[in-house]
Amino acid sequence: MSGWWIAFQGIVAREVLRFVHQRERFLGALVRPLVWLFVFAAGFRAALGIAIIPPYETYIPYETYIVPGLIGMIQLFNGMQGSLSMVYDREMGSMRILLTSPLPRGFLLLARLLGGVVVSVLQVAAFLLIVRLYGIDLPAWAPLTVLPALLLNGLMLGALGMVLASTIRQLENFAGVMNFVVFPLFFLSSALYPLYRMEEAGPLLWWLCSLNPFTHGVELIRFALYGQVDGLALAVVTGATLLFAALAVRGYSPARGMGSRAPSAAG
Amino acid sequence: MTVPALEVEGLRHSYGGERHALEDIGFRVMPGAFTCLLGPNGAGKSTLFALATGLLQPNSGRVRIHGHDVAQAPGDALARLGVVFQQPTLDLDLTVVQNLRYFAALHGIGRREADRRIETELTRLSLFERRGEKVRALNGGHRRRVEIARALLHRPSLLLLDEPTVGLDIPARRTLIRHVHALCAENGIAVLWATHLIDEIDPATDHVVVLHRGRVRASGPVAAVNAETGCATVAESFDRLTAARPVTDVGANAEAAA
Repeated sequence: MSGWWIAFQGIVAREVLRFVHQRERFLGALVRPLVWLFVFAAGFRAALGIAIIPPYETYIPYETYIVPGLIGMIQLFNGMQGSLSMVYDREMGSMRILLTSPLPRGFLLLARLLGGVVVSVLQVAAFLLIVRLYGIDLPAWAPLTVLPALLLNGLMLGALGMVLASTIRQLENFAGVMNFVVFPLFFLSSALYPLYRMEEAGPLLWWLCSLNPFTHGVELIRFALYGQVDGLALAVVTGATLLFAALAVRGYSPARGMGSRAPSAAG
Repeated sequence: MTVPALEVEGLRHSYGGERHALEDIGFRVMPGAFTCLLGPNGAGKSTLFALATGLLQPNSGRVRIHGHDVAQAPGDALARLGVVFQQPTLDLDLTVVQNLRYFAALHGIGRREADRRIETELTRLSLFERRGEKVRALNGGHRRRVEIARALLHRPSLLLLDEPTVGLDIPARRTLIRHVHALCAENGIAVLWATHLIDEIDPATDHVVVLHRGRVRASGPVAAVNAETGCATVAESFDRLTAARPVTDVGANAEAAA
C-alpha cells in the first residue's frame, strides 16, 4: 500500500475519531439545523408559500424546501469548525506534527480538508435520518444521489475555511468569521428562501444571492436529492472549490501566529 | 568522511524588523552524538527548530539532515528526522495508541507494522500498559515520553528535542534524560537537545552548542568549550558566554563535530 494512501487514511481517521470523541460537537452539529427545521420552518410554513420551482414537481411544504439549505448549513458550520480547528491546532502545535511529515504540504492539507468533509457527510447522514423520521418526504435514494454533491460542497466550504484559517493570526480573531462570513453566506443564499423571493425584495439582494457560492452549493444539493444535476450550480461550486483550494494551499503557513506568539515562549 | 546528522550553515532568520532571531549560525551534530543546544530564553532555539523542520523558511543559509537540504529536499530530510517540540503536540482527546498510529500513518507506515513499532517503543519507555488511555489522563512526564516514543516510530537517525523537560519534576526530568542518552548509545541516534538548564548536560559525554541572542557563542565537547573559555565548569562557561557584558566570542561557529 502506498505511503500516500496510508497517510490519507490516517488523516481522515484522525478527523473522524476526534469528531466521535467530541460528543458536544456532534450534538451541536445536529441541534442547530433541527432547531431551524422544527421551530423556524414550522413558524414560516404558514407565512411563506413556495411556488412550483425545479427540481420540485408539485407544491411542497416549507420544511421540505429548507432541508437542502439546512444540509448546506451543516456543511458550512463544519467547514468553519474545520478552519477553527486548524487555527487551534496551529496554536496548540499539533499542526506541526502534520506538516513535519515527509509528504508534500499540499497533499497533507488537502487530505486534512477531505477528512473534514467526511465528518460533515456523517453529520448530514444523521440529519437526513431524523428528517425522514420527522416525516419529510424525500426520494428513497436521496442519501445516495446527494453524496457527490455533499463531497463537492463540503470541499468548497472546507477550502474556504482553510483560506480563512490562513489569514487569521490568532484564535481570538475567529469570532469575526461568524459575523462577516458565516451569517452573510447563509442568509444571502437560497437556503431559506427561493431566489425569486429575493428578486421580489430587490435586484441588489438577488445579485448578492446569485453571486454567493453557497447559494450554488445549496442548489447542487437540492437537485441532487432528487437525482438531478443543476449545471450552473455544478460549474460554480467546482470553480469555487478549485479557487479556494489553490488559495488555501498557497496561503497556509504553519508559522503564522509564530511571529506574535512563539518567540515569547521560545528559547 | 562521515556525513553529519545535522549541518547548519550560515543560517539567518528574522521575524521582520531590525533584529534577527538567528544571525549567521553554523554548527554540526555528528551521528551518535548527544549535543545540548544551550541558551537562555529568547536565544533563538525554537526558531532554529522551526527552520530545521521546514516550518519556517530562513532568510539565508541552509540546514542539512544527513546531507539532505531541508528546503530543497524536504521529503528526504524529514524522513530521517524525529522531533519533540517544546509545545505539547499530542491530541488530548485521542488515546496514546491512536496518537501514535496517526503519526505512523503520516510517515507511510501501515497499521500492522505501526502496531508492532508502537508496542516496542511504548515498552521501551514503560508506557505500554497505558496505551489505551486518553492522553488527557496522563501526567506531563508521561505525555513527554509518549511524544518521544512517537518521534522514534519512523526510526529517525536524528532526534531534535526542544526543551523537553519543561514542566516536569526532577525525577521525571532525570528519567527522560536517561532514556534519551540510552537511545543515543544503543541505537546510534544523533540528538540535539535544546535546554537552558545546565544540569541537563553530562560533561563527560555531551557536546554543547551555546546559543545567545541568535549567535553561536561556542560549540564542541564540554571539555573543549571549558578550555576555550578558561572556565572550570560548563556552568561557568555558560555564564561567561551569555553574560550581559560583552565577551569575546569563543569558537563561534566552530563545529561540534564528534
